[in-house]
Amino acid sequence: MRSHRDFARGFRESLAGGPAPQNATAQDPAEIERRFDVYRNNVAHGLTQALARHFPAIERLLGAECFRGIARAYIAEHPPRTPVLTEWGGAFPAYLADEPSLQSLSYLPDVARIEWARSRAYHAADAEPVAPELLQETATRAGTHLCLDLHPSVQILQLLTPAGSIWASQQPGGPAPPRAKEWRPETLLIARRGISHVITSVVRSSTGRFISALSAGETVARAQDRAGADFDLNAALLLLVENALIVGAGIERGDES
Amino acid sequence: MTLPRKAGLGFKPEHFPAISETKPDLGFFEIHAENYMGAGGMPHAMLERLRADYALSVHGVGLSIGGPDPLDRDHLARLKLLCDRYDPESFSEHLAWASHGGVWMHDLLPLPYTVETLSLICDHVDEVQEHLGRRMLLENPATYVLFDDSDIPETEFLTEISQRTGCGLLLDLNNVFVSCVNHRQDPRAYLEAFPLNRVGEIHLAGHEEEELPSGPLLIDSHGREVAEPVWALYAETVSKTGQLPSLIEWDNDVPDFATLMAEAERASMILSGDHDALAS
Repeated sequence: MRSHRDFARGFRESLAGGPAPQNATAQDPAEIERRFDVYRNNVAHGLTQALARHFPAIERLLGAECFRGIARAYIAEHPPRTPVLTEWGGAFPAYLADEPSLQSLSYLPDVARIEWARSRAYHAADAEPVAPELLQETATRAGTHLCLDLHPSVQILQLLTPAGSIWASQQPGGPAPPRAKEWRPETLLIARRGISHVITSVVRSSTGRFISALSAGETVARAQDRAGADFDLNAALLLLVENALIVGAGIERGDES
Repeated sequence: MTLPRKAGLGFKPEHFPAISETKPDLGFFEIHAENYMGAGGMPHAMLERLRADYALSVHGVGLSIGGPDPLDRDHLARLKLLCDRYDPESFSEHLAWASHGGVWMHDLLPLPYTVETLSLICDHVDEVQEHLGRRMLLENPATYVLFDDSDIPETEFLTEISQRTGCGLLLDLNNVFVSCVNHRQDPRAYLEAFPLNRVGEIHLAGHEEEELPSGPLLIDSHGREVAEPVWALYAETVSKTGQLPSLIEWDNDVPDFATLMAEAERASMILSGDHDALAS
């Protein structure tokens, strides 16, 4: 008896383009391939749709047909290793970067990074913002030892292309895409404000370095050093507070000797 | 704790505003477990609200109960977390497989019904029920091919699983119709052989039709209204079983909420024995 394991292995090969499984049958055996196509189509279509849900701007930029072709190749190379489709697709930006036919679209992998980060932010854990009075009181007591906990959805992307502006141009009612003379690197803050609103904001690179340092557990004072030139602390803190992204404040435990 | 013996709907996030505003008279909502496995955000906020107002059915599509691999422990843990958090009236999965060698195909794939697969699936169902600490329902599949090494009829296979593991069955009448038409069998004979006393829920959905040289090939698409012959099977079935929790599944090309409600209302009328509901 063929074991079930051999059956499943053979079935997968059939899905990937091989002939229908040896033991597959039908009332009219001449129809087996046509019938098995339903499974081939379901798998390919289902996974392509799942990828399109993560990367709608990529689908718009490439066009549906081109996206479908790229998606099929990606599925073959990076099939889901999880039953949770919202967690599948993280390798797509790097895949686009390596795809020879897309080398002229340098911004495309960056737009995909934005969409993946937005998806992560959408599903990130919930956290309530810290009350303004508590933040103020802790800041006063902590002095240079103030630490801030940021919302679990906070992500900073330092991109070499204006992919944030390009992403925005692909949204309904979005601005025109950047012109050649506006072509410059962009730093993005991607996070979720409250339960449902995912923000995608172009910020100064110094603000990005500051937020990244806070996320890594640095004090506000050290994060400010990391931010470097052209940094506006008040503007950066206001950005975080206005978007309800500061969810905890504490005092660094010093190793005073 | 069981689902109310009334009509229910598959929950679609785009309908959340309509549901919150109108609080429609429905027995329950059903969700796909794998869509609620993120850490937080809108999916859980909506589900909490929904759960507060309605009975809940959690329907899994990713356990691969019919697959050769051991059940994924991480996935079982995620399901347990979800079930513990929302305490649904029902948890169900499929007589199908979806993963092999750590790769998920994300489709409900068919399998031969043999002594070997029977014993494997019973072990998997036992493991799920033990892990979740609750009885599950197992759903009959829609299939497009058969296997020449299958030597147990599907109805007997499901009966045996249910008897050995104590699990209930989810009777998908669209799947019965689709499979029977595809394999040139009589859906009424299938239902005669189906252990109706083990059924904890009924599914109703729409299908698409293609034409093969030998006749129609029906495809379980969940993308349109329930077909008339499936409504007829439904009326015949509930006349035998009495009222059962009955779900309208519409997962693709999702229409507005009113259209879904009309389908649920038709199911309600049939459940309450209104025979005019058959002649729409």
